[in-house]
Amino acid sequence: MPTVTPVTAPGYVVFAGFLGDTPVFASGEGTVTFGTAGRTEKPHGGILAAVRDLDGRTLVTGGDDGRVLRITEDGTVTPLAEKGRKWIDQLATGPGGAVAFASGRTVWVREASGKEHELTRPRAVGGLAFFPKGLRVAIAGYNGVGLWFPGTTAAPQELEWKGSHIAVTLSPDGANVVTSMQENALHGWRLKDGQHMRMSGYPVKVKSLSWSAKGRFLASSGAGASVCWPFHFKDGPMGKRPLELGPRQELVTQVACHPSEEIAAIGYDDGMILLVRFGDGEEVLLRRPGDGPISALGWNRTGLELAFGTETGAAGVVDLAG
Amino acid sequence: MTVQTSAGAQVPVTVLTGYLGAGKTTLLNRILTEDHGKRYAVIVNEFGEIGIDNDLIVDTDEEVFEMNNGCICCTVRGDLIRVVENLAKRKGSFDAIIVETTGLADPAPVAQTFFMDEEVRKMSRLDAVVTVVDAKHLMARLADAPEAEDQVAFADVILLNKTDLVSPEELAEVEATLRQLNPYARIHKTQRSAVPLDAILDKGAFDLDRILSLDPHFLDGEAHDHDHDHVCGPDCDHDHHHHDHAHHDHDHGHHGHHHHHDTEVASISLKGGEVDPDRFIRWVGEVTQAEGPNILRLKGIMAFKDEPKRYVVQGVHMLVEGDLQRDWRDDEPRESRLVFIGRKLDRAALEKSFRECLV
Repeated sequence: MPTVTPVTAPGYVVFAGFLGDTPVFASGEGTVTFGTAGRTEKPHGGILAAVRDLDGRTLVTGGDDGRVLRITEDGTVTPLAEKGRKWIDQLATGPGGAVAFASGRTVWVREASGKEHELTRPRAVGGLAFFPKGLRVAIAGYNGVGLWFPGTTAAPQELEWKGSHIAVTLSPDGANVVTSMQENALHGWRLKDGQHMRMSGYPVKVKSLSWSAKGRFLASSGAGASVCWPFHFKDGPMGKRPLELGPRQELVTQVACHPSEEIAAIGYDDGMILLVRFGDGEEVLLRRPGDGPISALGWNRTGLELAFGTETGAAGVVDLAG
Repeated sequence: MTVQTSAGAQVPVTVLTGYLGAGKTTLLNRILTEDHGKRYAVIVNEFGEIGIDNDLIVDTDEEVFEMNNGCICCTVRGDLIRVVENLAKRKGSFDAIIVETTGLADPAPVAQTFFMDEEVRKMSRLDAVVTVVDAKHLMARLADAPEAEDQVAFADVILLNKTDLVSPEELAEVEATLRQLNPYARIHKTQRSAVPLDAILDKGAFDLDRILSLDPHFLDGEAHDHDHDHVCGPDCDHDHHHHDHAHHDHDHGHHGHHHHHDTEVASISLKGGEVDPDRFIRWVGEVTQAEGPNILRLKGIMAFKDEPKRYVVQGVHMLVEGDLQRDWRDDEPRESRLVFIGRKLDRAALEKSFRECLV
């Protein structure tokens, strides 16, 4: 039976996950809480975005103070950038310690060496994601996605689709770009031939996307179940029925696929968390409803512990082994 | 378009509009410095003009876009959606939100953002549109800038500012023009934007009771254009991804040249007893669907048959939102009252079709 160790965060949990083996919770109030004993620091006025580095050792945060910080599990803070009074609300981490962040129409990419590249987009940036290899960034915005090689003078390659794109993700093999749209749908492009994929039918905007182990499925929030689009067929999800995991009367607000198995942690609008297996839809209750919508989920390396947080600051760690 | 209901516990939003130089920034600085015991998150376009340092002032580039639903009047402010979502992460840090628009802004996309986006609606509710106008220059602005007319027609509260710069006769003329465009707004005459803040902030439901009890007889005899060269097609819902080009044609009307003397902006007040809820909701949906681009604002309090609570409805263009609020008091007549402010509205047709909703 899974056990829950509760943690109290000072506000809306923006990030819940692990740095090394330490559970870490970042809140909208600008705080980062380390461990379940609750040591809390306040590096920002407010934290708008927080993403773990690809190696899982550090947390990168963007604040309403215009700063981008790198924070280690022992609480060491290294400033990566300061952009005055900008709100840094878009953030992505990439290969080799690269960090991409944006405010308004401006995107910056900072390489591990400290070298910084800047790009101004025609419209505001809705989302950022690195390609899995190399230094290439997908930038979502109004009417599509720009694919940018920072450090080169080439203009970004534009993937066009009318409407406002508010988040973007790359499949783990780098073959597909998928965005979330203001119009409660996902849109995808297969890069090798520009084939479009339209994934619609959501009652609300999709705010959380997670690729399953080996990128076989893309799990999503935004409906009364986690809709999981199959990407392992030759033609991707086109013409295929998605899986609908953990169907309930409540909306799914967060989804986090397990690091190695085809199961996903699904967080709901009422604070419940379910663990659901892709193969047969079998469900295990990880957390009972309460304390507002689940706003963050993150697995540890082994996939035996799950950190979570809610919009009201309730947080904690679920130990699957009990 | 469906009539939606909104949930409670939302942060009130005040939208501050006004033509360049009317006194918006002065008013903002006043709001930010006065000791009123409230914390405001303020969304502005330029930090530069605001003399206050406060970590809840956010600057943003106005980014207006059409919703991909085939309806050109369903425009929203994408940047506002983002900012409000971010503010939701700091919900404990402020009591209310103020959105300042640029002088040239059409207020509709700002207002519509608070109807259209589910997340924004969960977090906040439009409290009032406050328009600051310059007593000395308003007449000239109305003659040369259609946005100025829209800002006045949209307002719940008007600050008629810089009254010290005009003669009493000029002031009377300006006020009469404001009344002609928008008889339902509350007008405060000010100098240097000095107004008690409780007169403009957190007005709650747009002062609906007061607004709707007005009976503006001076609206009679206004010019009406009964020529409807356009209707929003049945495709104007949220599930369509194509464009109806008829909307484009129509849109030129929006941005056409208007003079205050021969303005097409007018308001229509409808009144009756109890209405049948089903018939009313269908009717208001049809009217806003067909006349959405022409309707700038609509507000009403409805007495539904067999319903102890008052039904409060408001809309912007094609978007309508309704909610059952407090109980009718014993001393209140169970009356339904509805006001439209818009262009080229057909009073006779609206009155006739509204009567069919009455029980």
